[in-house]
Amino acid sequence: MQAIEVHNLVKEFNGFKAVDNISFSVEEGEIFGLLGPNGAGKTTTIRILSTTLRATTGEAKVWGYDVHRYPDAVRKSIGIVFQDQALDDRLTGLENLDFHARLYGMDKKLRRQRIREVLTLVGLWDKRNTLVKYYSGGMCRRLEIARGLMHYPRVLFLDEPTLGLDAQTRHTIWEHIKLLNRREKIAILLTTHYMDEADALCHRVGIIDHGRILVIDRPENLKSLVGEDIISLKLDLPEKFRTLIAGIDWIKDSRIHDGFLYLKVIKGDEKIPFLIELAQQKGLKVELVNLHKPTLEDVFLHFTGRTIREEEGSVRERISARIRSIRSGRRR
Amino acid sequence: MRGLFFQAVYVLWLREVKTFLRAKSRILGNVIQPFFFLAILGVGFRSSVSFVAAEVSGLDYLQFLVPGLVGMTLLFSSIFAGLSILWDRQFGFLREIMVAPVSRLSLVVGRIAGGMTTTIFQALCVLLVSHLFGFKIKTSGGFLISLVFMGLIGVSFVGMGVAFASRMEDMHGFQIIMNFIIMPIFFLSGALFPLEGLPSWLSFLMYLDPLTYGVDGLRGAMLGISHFPLIFDFSVLAAFCLTMLLLGSYFFSICEV
Repeated sequence: MQAIEVHNLVKEFNGFKAVDNISFSVEEGEIFGLLGPNGAGKTTTIRILSTTLRATTGEAKVWGYDVHRYPDAVRKSIGIVFQDQALDDRLTGLENLDFHARLYGMDKKLRRQRIREVLTLVGLWDKRNTLVKYYSGGMCRRLEIARGLMHYPRVLFLDEPTLGLDAQTRHTIWEHIKLLNRREKIAILLTTHYMDEADALCHRVGIIDHGRILVIDRPENLKSLVGEDIISLKLDLPEKFRTLIAGIDWIKDSRIHDGFLYLKVIKGDEKIPFLIELAQQKGLKVELVNLHKPTLEDVFLHFTGRTIREEEGSVRERISARIRSIRSGRRR
Repeated sequence: MRGLFFQAVYVLWLREVKTFLRAKSRILGNVIQPFFFLAILGVGFRSSVSFVAAEVSGLDYLQFLVPGLVGMTLLFSSIFAGLSILWDRQFGFLREIMVAPVSRLSLVVGRIAGGMTTTIFQALCVLLVSHLFGFKIKTSGGFLISLVFMGLIGVSFVGMGVAFASRMEDMHGFQIIMNFIIMPIFFLSGALFPLEGLPSWLSFLMYLDPLTYGVDGLRGAMLGISHFPLIFDFSVLAAFCLTMLLLGSYFFSICEV
């Protein structure tokens, strides 16, 4: 069974299509990422899938349940970490989780056991009796992730899980996300506008822009779609090595520049060991190896014609998005 | 499913009560405010204004004022308890509540139960402070009846607050509600002056104010004097309470986050 199935989903706000006919699916145990700039329709999609917003047209199923017909069954199957913080900061970390566990109908024994498990998982067990208002941003985020896991959800939604956090905290949270995906076998749908985040976490990525999904694939496939990897080698005798590898079909191009031999290949990381071994067999000395892989940034540029950063910085678009949101009378 | 309903009601109630007890400044305010009202307004009016009802019933103004103060406290704190949904919306916590697999009705009932509890607690604080000023409830039966009225007033206005908060996008409408709803309800309720001997336009407006029947009921229960028969006060207030409960539940159940 598929954890999430979405067919031709559309959401209009007063004629503006926030989500424009998207379809995708997420497998059991998969981390699927929706990558796109702010206002691309990521959060709207998550709100529809988590039953807090009705789609205009189209079909969406979470864990086999239609989100419109069986919202309660869907709510029981999912955990959510919202983009904006959703904690009661007048309560302690433990109380926030206890509140959640009770709302999900867990009995006392299970509550205790589970709270301990998830708080330990995100490294907040020692801070459980501290009021949330004294938590740092990263701790709040980790607490919210822990809360999303409390009731053994089959599917976890993470809406911009590391937005506004410092680099170190982001990496910690990535580790937690990977760990729980492995350990609890949860399907995860995450949205992000960070390229490195999608790259580091997702098994598959859908690039979304202006409410449309432009492409869905594994990050490495997406990257090889826009260009080959480049391996640069520093050798004592580059010319000789170049003639040695002349007949190999997976080397698309080779040239020598500034004493470096540059090779265009696909899946460069898998080819490096072979190249080094070959050089050694022929008695050549490899002094330095470098691999440049195309980034998701290149992919985004390829599909949308602009970088995600340009999109972020586009004042005009942000203003028009703001006007849209005022017109539709909604917070976005 | 029924177990989960009460579980949800309980946990929302628990949250209201816990966070209320943690806000020390709020509790202090609940004691200080009636203190000022009684010490300044109560003593001041008692000393300087000759007062129709006092001559009739042998009450002084301070005693007359206490049930009104209780009504005022109930009005303000219960509407704020209902409007606290706005804070939850602002701080995102409302989403966490809304995506839980429990009925919206249980969420409303839990919030109203919690709001009513903290509200009655505050009203009892007022009574305690009044006691220091020599206020006494006539009979213990009267105290129990006044608790019923406190409950009705509390539920009514928490319900009203929930209804407003469910229709509001953000906090901007708060001032409007304060000035155009809460203040008129308070001033017209007969909390500060009796219903007797007023110009007809004013007494007409006061008869339209649901809190009038609450304050009158409280006064009847606590002091044994009331404008209307107690059973009449009770019936009007109960009908209003039911209406607000339904309105609050309805608007909350259709609100989007």
